[in-house]
Amino acid sequence: MEENSKKSRRKFLDRGLKIGVAGVLGGIGLSKLSAKFSSDEKASTGETMELMTTDGTIVEVDTSEVMEVSHDHHYSMDYNVREGIPNRKFVMVVDLAKCKNALKCQTSCNKNHYITGDNAWIKVYKMQESPDTAPYWMPTTCQHCDKPACVTVCPVDATFKREDGLVLIDNERCIGCRFCMAACPYSTRVFNWGDPGQEVTLNLDLTDYEPTPEYAGKPSKMGTVDKCDFCPHMVKQGELPHCVTACPNGVFYFGDKYEDTVTNGEETVRLSKLLKDKAGYRLLESLGTEPSVYYLPPVDRLVEFEDGLEFYKEFESVEKPTEE
Amino acid sequence: MRNYDTIVADLAPRKFGRRGIIWISILSLLIVLGIIAYVDQVIQGQKVTNMNDYSLWGIYISNFVFFVATSFVGSATVAILRLTKNEWRTPLVRIAEIITLACIIMAGITITIDMARPDRVMYLFIHARLQSPITWDIIIIPTFIVISLLLLYFPLLPDFAVLKKYYAESKPRLSKLYGRLSLKWTGNSEQKALHIKSIRVLSILILMAGVLLQTIDAWLFSTTYRIGWDSSAFAPYFISGAFVAGIGALVTVIYVVRRTRKLENYITEYHFDKMGKLLALACIIYLFFNINEYVVPFFTAKKGEDAHLHSLLVGNYAFLFWLVTVVGLVLPVILLFFKKGRKPFSMFLIGMIVVIGSWWKRYIIITPTLQEPILPIQGVPESWHSYFPSMHEWVITVATLAMALLIITLLIRFLPAVPIQRTADEEEVASIQLKQIPS
Repeated sequence: MEENSKKSRRKFLDRGLKIGVAGVLGGIGLSKLSAKFSSDEKASTGETMELMTTDGTIVEVDTSEVMEVSHDHHYSMDYNVREGIPNRKFVMVVDLAKCKNALKCQTSCNKNHYITGDNAWIKVYKMQESPDTAPYWMPTTCQHCDKPACVTVCPVDATFKREDGLVLIDNERCIGCRFCMAACPYSTRVFNWGDPGQEVTLNLDLTDYEPTPEYAGKPSKMGTVDKCDFCPHMVKQGELPHCVTACPNGVFYFGDKYEDTVTNGEETVRLSKLLKDKAGYRLLESLGTEPSVYYLPPVDRLVEFEDGLEFYKEFESVEKPTEE
Repeated sequence: MRNYDTIVADLAPRKFGRRGIIWISILSLLIVLGIIAYVDQVIQGQKVTNMNDYSLWGIYISNFVFFVATSFVGSATVAILRLTKNEWRTPLVRIAEIITLACIIMAGITITIDMARPDRVMYLFIHARLQSPITWDIIIIPTFIVISLLLLYFPLLPDFAVLKKYYAESKPRLSKLYGRLSLKWTGNSEQKALHIKSIRVLSILILMAGVLLQTIDAWLFSTTYRIGWDSSAFAPYFISGAFVAGIGALVTVIYVVRRTRKLENYITEYHFDKMGKLLALACIIYLFFNINEYVVPFFTAKKGEDAHLHSLLVGNYAFLFWLVTVVGLVLPVILLFFKKGRKPFSMFLIGMIVVIGSWWKRYIIITPTLQEPILPIQGVPESWHSYFPSMHEWVITVATLAMALLIITLLIRFLPAVPIQRTADEEEVASIQLKQIPS
C-alpha cells in the first residue's frame, strides 16, 4: 500500500480505512484495492458509500474504490509447504499462572508425534530465578522465532521459516550436522541419534502416507533433527495443537496474531489485550530472536507449585513403554 | 663444505627400514579399525557415540578443529618465514608443507565423519546457503587443500629434476616418474624467474587462506548464542592457537625425520633453537588470548558465564583445563626460555606436550560449553549431563590421527624431506657468495 503515491488516495487512506475494510460488503482485500489503484487510474465517480471498519468506525468511500471479493472463511490450503498458509501468523501464549506440571501436554505431544527418543519436544521446566523468588513451572515448545538462529546457520535450507511464522524441518534434506541445535538458545531441538523405530515400537503405519514437514515425527528419520512444529497438520483441519487441547488447566493459548485472537479451547481472547493486561513477555527477549511464543508471568496463581512436584521427573520426559 | 653429490645422496628419499615398516603397519591397523568402527556408525547411526541432544558435538568436532589448527603450520612457517626472508627456514619448509597438506585433508574427512547423514553430503553443494558458516567452511577447506598442494608441489619441481637424474641408472622407472613430475624443469633463468614468482604468490595466498580458515573455524562457534563461544575475540584466539599447534607439530615431526633419516648435518641445533624461540612466541601470544577469554569475563560474568567459568576453573573440567593451560602452554614457555630447553631432544618433548595439549584444548573449548545451555538441562537421562567419548568415537578419532601420520610418513618416504636443490644452492652461495635462489 505504501507504493501508492497518488495524493488523493493517500488522503483516502488517512481517513481511517486501514486494515480490512472487508467486513460489511463481503470483504475487501486491501491488497486487491491497492492493486486496483495502481492498475486503474480512472477518476472517482463522485458517488460515495458508507462502510464500517472492523473496529466500528463508519467511513465514507468513493464507490470506484470498492470492489467485491469473495468471502473467504477458510484460508486457502493450496499453499507451498515451505512458504506457509498465506496471511496468517501463528502465535502461542503460555499462562504460567495456570501451569501445575500436569504434563498432559507432554504426554499428548509425545504420543501424537510418535516420539521414541529420550528427549520430549515439549518440556516443563522447574524454574526458580533465585533462592528468594517463587518457583514456577514453565512449559516450553519451539519458540518459532521470527529471527530464528537455527535457520540462519543451516547450510542446506533443511530448516526454514514460513510466512505464517512456523519454523519447520525438512528431514529429507537435513544432513545431520547439528549446527541448528548448537545455535538454538532455547535447546529445543532433538536429534535422532539412532533409528527411531516408530514402526516397531509404536505400530506407526505409514502405508500410502506422504511425509511432510508439516507433520514432524511422522516419521522421524535417523540422523536428522526434530522439534515442535506447532502442529500445522491440526491447524489445517481447524483444530488446535495437541498440547493446547490436552492441557486440563488451559495453560496454552494458540491463535493468529493478525486476527489478534488466541484461544485455549475454552476461552477466546484478544492477544494484544491479554499480553497488555497480564504483562506478557517472551523468553530471552534480549537475544533478539523474536519468538512467537509469549509467556504470562506466574502471578495470581490458580494452582499450587507444590502440586506439580508429584509428576516432576528430573531425568525423564518421554515415558518408555513398560516392559512386561 | 659438502659437495653436491653428497647432498643429493643424503637427501634423496629412502626406503623404509624395519622400524619404518612396523610404524606403517601399526598405522594401517589403526586405520582399518577406524574404518570398521565408522561403517558401524553409519549403519547404526550416531547412537554409537556418547553425544546427546545437549553435548551435540563431541571429539569429532574438537578433532576437526585440531586438524584445522595444525594445518596452519604451512601459513605460519612457510609463508611468514619466506615472506620475511628468514633463511633458517630452508630445511624445515618441506616438512611444514607436508604437515599442512595432511592435516587439511584430514580436517575435511573428520568433519564428514561428524555428519549424521553422509549420504547427503552432496546437498552441501546442491542446496548450499551462503549465510551458513558451514558453507564458508565448505568453500575454504577445498581452496586451502588446493593451495597447500600447490605450495608443496611447486618448490619440489627442481628437486624432482634432481631425483630424475639421480635415479636414472639405479631405478629407471622411479626416475621416469620423478621426471614427469618435474614438468621438464631444467633450471634455466626463465623457469627460475617464473618459479620464484609463483611461489611468492602461493605464499601470500596460503597466508590469507590460512587466516581465513582459522577465522571461519572460530566463527562456526562464535556465531551461536552459546556461553563461552559467543566471543568477539574468537577468531584471533583460534589463529594464535593454530600457531601453537602447528609449530608444535612441526618440531615433533622434524625431530623424528632428523633422527630416522640421519639429517643431523642439515637440520642442526641452530634450527631447533630458532624454532624454539618461534614456539615460545606463539605460546605467549596464545596465553594472552587465553587470559582474554577466561580472566576478563570474570568481571562482568552473567550467571551462565559464571557457571561455565566455574566448571572450567574449579569444577568438572578443572583438572583438564589446568593441565592444558599449565603443562601445555605455560610450562613450554618457561622451558623454552632456557637455551637447554631449545636443544633438539627437549624440543621434541616440548613439541609433543604442546601438540597433545592443543588437542585437549579443543576438547575443553567445545565440550564444557555445550553443557551450559541457557535453559537448564531437565527431563533427559542423567548420562546426558556429561559427555565423554565412546569407544567408537575414540577408535575413529585415533584412526584419523593415524591417517594424518600415514600421509605425512608416505610423503616423506617419496619426497625429499629437505629441499635438495635449495640446500645445494645455499652451500654454493656460502662458498662462492653468489645471489641465492629461493626455493
